[in-house]
Amino acid sequence: MDSLNALANGFAIALTWQNLMLALIGCLLGTLIGALPGLGPSNGVAILIPVVFSLGLPATPALILLTSVYYGAMYGGRISSILLNIPGDEPALMTTLDGYPMARAGQAGEALAISGISSFVGAFFATWGLVFLAPQLVDLALLFGPAEYFAMFTLAFATLGGVTSANQAKAAFAAAIGLALAFVGVDGQTGVPRFSFGNVHFYDGIDFLIAIVGMFALSEVLVFIEERGNANSTSTQPVTSIGRAIPPWSMIKQTSGSMTRGTILGFIAGVLPGAGASLGSFLAYTVEKKVVGKKGFFGKGDPRGVAAPEAGNNAAAGGALIPMLALGVPGSGTTAVLLAMLLSLNITPGPLLFTNNPDVVWGLIAALFIANVMLLLLNVPMVGVFARVLRIPSYYLMPAVAMISFIGIYALTNSTFDLMLMIGFGVFGWLMRKLNIPMVPVILGILLGELMEKNLRRALTISDGDLSILYGSPLAVTFLGMAVAGFVLPIFIAKFVTPKRAVAESHNDGTSD
Amino acid sequence: MSDRIFGAATIVLSLLMVWATGLIEESFIQDPLGPKAFPLVIAGVMGISGLVMIFKPDAEPHWPGAVKLAELVATVGVFIAYAQTLPIAGFVLSTAVASAFLVWRLGGTTRQSLIGGVVISVGIYALFQHVLGLNLAKGPWGF
Repeated sequence: MDSLNALANGFAIALTWQNLMLALIGCLLGTLIGALPGLGPSNGVAILIPVVFSLGLPATPALILLTSVYYGAMYGGRISSILLNIPGDEPALMTTLDGYPMARAGQAGEALAISGISSFVGAFFATWGLVFLAPQLVDLALLFGPAEYFAMFTLAFATLGGVTSANQAKAAFAAAIGLALAFVGVDGQTGVPRFSFGNVHFYDGIDFLIAIVGMFALSEVLVFIEERGNANSTSTQPVTSIGRAIPPWSMIKQTSGSMTRGTILGFIAGVLPGAGASLGSFLAYTVEKKVVGKKGFFGKGDPRGVAAPEAGNNAAAGGALIPMLALGVPGSGTTAVLLAMLLSLNITPGPLLFTNNPDVVWGLIAALFIANVMLLLLNVPMVGVFARVLRIPSYYLMPAVAMISFIGIYALTNSTFDLMLMIGFGVFGWLMRKLNIPMVPVILGILLGELMEKNLRRALTISDGDLSILYGSPLAVTFLGMAVAGFVLPIFIAKFVTPKRAVAESHNDGTSD
Repeated sequence: MSDRIFGAATIVLSLLMVWATGLIEESFIQDPLGPKAFPLVIAGVMGISGLVMIFKPDAEPHWPGAVKLAELVATVGVFIAYAQTLPIAGFVLSTAVASAFLVWRLGGTTRQSLIGGVVISVGIYALFQHVLGLNLAKGPWGF
């Protein structure tokens, strides 16, 4: 029971007044960010990283603040799904299917409460999964050599692109452009500058924060400007009366099975590389519909159709932290952003994190438990307060988002050149959204490119240039096999996932969870 | 068609990458693979993805019309102008102007834009400079 001891130490770290305050602020901010349409966990966390970084907080408090924002945003996404029929973020998409009909039928309060409780159940059990599974994965990862790491990074790129994108070529392009951007700067192994074209600004490489904020936040502003006045943004009637915010006991009982199934499915989807919370909620909803069958009235306001996807997406959010913390390989867009945060705090996730910085890891996990309880307390009785935020018109909200993006980067680097670079990434991100090219592989490429190449070259230094070392161990072969399967299989099974795409494309924003 | 154009651009980009890889000067410190090999592999992946996009393009995306496009270009122009004037004119003035423009383009009335610009700028200044202690750009007047 080493994990439990470590967790107890984690609570000792997390339970200081300062950290509790930061967790509370993070939960409040996160719920707001999640609730506001157009801001999800990934762009919400993205614009906050430079700000938090410039505040100079130490690693653990900064992590606690930002992961509370992450969990909070997963809770908040449901509020606008239910009240406005607009998902606050992509994983909350499935919640609109039954949540909005419930709200139209005068059950907005019940829908919000049930979804809040489901979110709690999903996140709570997923965090326990993190406590027990992550150390196991760390033990496995300690066996990895450079060749295995290289194979695992290949797997991450193949599955992240393969599962989340409709077009493998576009996913491959996105990964390649991310890796190419990672090459910019001085080569760590031999000290020669690469792809910097004699420009001094490029010698240190491109800061991933600039790319992330540009692609996630600025491109969102451009999308809002483009879509203003389109019919689908104003067609839905907001539901303003919330009604009773406490669900009848019978409804909790009726949905408990859905929460359990949603939690399990979502957790699995979260742990698997490349899938993330959107797939978690999609799986949970579809399976629930199959399980309940004709007895349900899905799509017309069945509370089980709210409980299952909400439990699913919050469980996936917790599950996605496992590969990110234990292996340093994020399973979804938001965890890629969280990885960026760790790297900017000079913490390298992976097996060594658990042995070298146990206080950071376990403090963080304890903070997740605390945040989860806070979120339940904030979200069930106080949901009316958050719902009021939805009345802020986007023409005040999005300019504020753009300006905070700018000052975050400017406070970090004090450089006009970096701001111009960020604008460039914003325009590129907009173009990618238009062409349906996933953005997450680009971010992942910039984040992991250096590590991936370092492990490749280290492996070949060990073998003195013999390429067979790359597929020389069973573990490496397994990873490479999974990578090929993860990249190729979606081409053949694409027709089974089409419904998800049909729904997803109507709200295409490229920043999958 | 958009995919085909983008695919062609991707191929040009991958060829540029190959060319830029040729410019890398080898150092006397050497590992078996060297600094050029992996970038060439990635350029290859990029080139192939470009070819696939040319031969198997997706359905045409919904491009904005000429007016919308002009609006987007103007927005990017405002972003660029903002980035350039920030260190000269200071945070409060340049942010007020830039956010007033954004409020206006996102559907606010003239009055809402003016009020919104000032409120966003002063609000962010008060919060970030005074509560959080971040250093924002200082203009000739110190704010």
